[in-house]
Amino acid sequence: MFGNGINPFVIFFASILTSNMILSNFLGMCSYISISSEYKTASGLGKSVTLVMVITNMINYLVYKFLIVPLGLEYLRYIIFIMVIAATVQVMELAMDRFLPDLHVKLGIFLPLITVNCAILGTTLFIIIRDYDFLQSVLFGLGSGLGWWLAISALAAIREKMAKNKLPKGLAGPGITFIITGIMALAFIGFSGIFTIT
Amino acid sequence: MTERIRQVISRNIWKENQVLRQILGICSALAVTNLMTNSLVMGVGLTFVTAFSSLTISLLRNLIPHRIRMIVQTLIIASYVIFVDIFIKANMPEISKSLGPYVALIITNCIIMGRAEAYAQKNPPIPSMLDGFFAGVGYTIVLLIIAFFREFLGFGTIFGYDISFASFELWTIMVMPPAAFFLIGTLIWITSNIFAPKNTKKSETGRKG
Repeated sequence: MFGNGINPFVIFFASILTSNMILSNFLGMCSYISISSEYKTASGLGKSVTLVMVITNMINYLVYKFLIVPLGLEYLRYIIFIMVIAATVQVMELAMDRFLPDLHVKLGIFLPLITVNCAILGTTLFIIIRDYDFLQSVLFGLGSGLGWWLAISALAAIREKMAKNKLPKGLAGPGITFIITGIMALAFIGFSGIFTIT
Repeated sequence: MTERIRQVISRNIWKENQVLRQILGICSALAVTNLMTNSLVMGVGLTFVTAFSSLTISLLRNLIPHRIRMIVQTLIIASYVIFVDIFIKANMPEISKSLGPYVALIITNCIIMGRAEAYAQKNPPIPSMLDGFFAGVGYTIVLLIIAFFREFLGFGTIFGYDISFASFELWTIMVMPPAAFFLIGTLIWITSNIFAPKNTKKSETGRKG
């Protein structure tokens, strides 16, 4: 019934829990590490990543199926995808500024950063490699975004709590952030087996 | 000139190592390090892309308008990544399969953009290329260190060769994602400990002197 036999909702939940973008695929680490010291900012970034991920994956999927494959431009696909992402982010920023100024104030500062977030390009590439259909791609994008949001909010909340804790010398900052993330990833392994996608 | 090259080498590989000191390019550093062969291929690919995109960006540095430089740089990087991707696909199909999307994700690897923004934009072509090349070498070394521990403890092999004389219980956790986070966290801890005391000592002796 579905493109490759996987229920899209299984993909949705799996991309949040078992194959989380950060905790099991290591995508979007740069902003995850550097913008996670404050819960509010981290959550804002997570929301904008989710939004951009859904929209760009939809557009990239359509561009791939109806433009790249028919025209035989597969060797140019990375350039086309990155251009689509950059253009979409730019248009979204303008549209948000015009129609949703409140949201733009909250999320707008993150939008330019997101162009180079590897999680966005990563989800598009996973969709192409795993040969998802349209509904699967949309739900995969949404799930990956929500999973990313969940991980960065959890990390930021933990980091806020332990901001004043004393740490061994040299471990403060990125070192402890990675170790917390490792423990989070260990916890998320507990979900494995509920849903599986490869 | 030789002194400057030596400075470039020590800065990129050790003092300002892109992964351990600048915390850049982490995504792929963590994702491909469960096998040493994969890490080596990835490292060589990234070194090639960084060196040549730094060279190209430096050659074009006076031609690219400042406002659209990011998108131009991204396009230059993407073209080199396509080279690497096609080359790996053609010559090492199995490795290409296990690397999955991570070769293409070199495009969004912050190391390349970082070198382009911080160095290649303001410097002549040859030093920029060397700078990019050694930034890539520093990245590759870190990848190989992490991959050594993960492959040796997780699979009991090194570069795919069985280490039969060292028989021990395999650590399954080393193959899974959390181990990558723990290892890189520990490496960052060790390197920042190496650097932190030295700096304070230097400033102290400087004051005494």
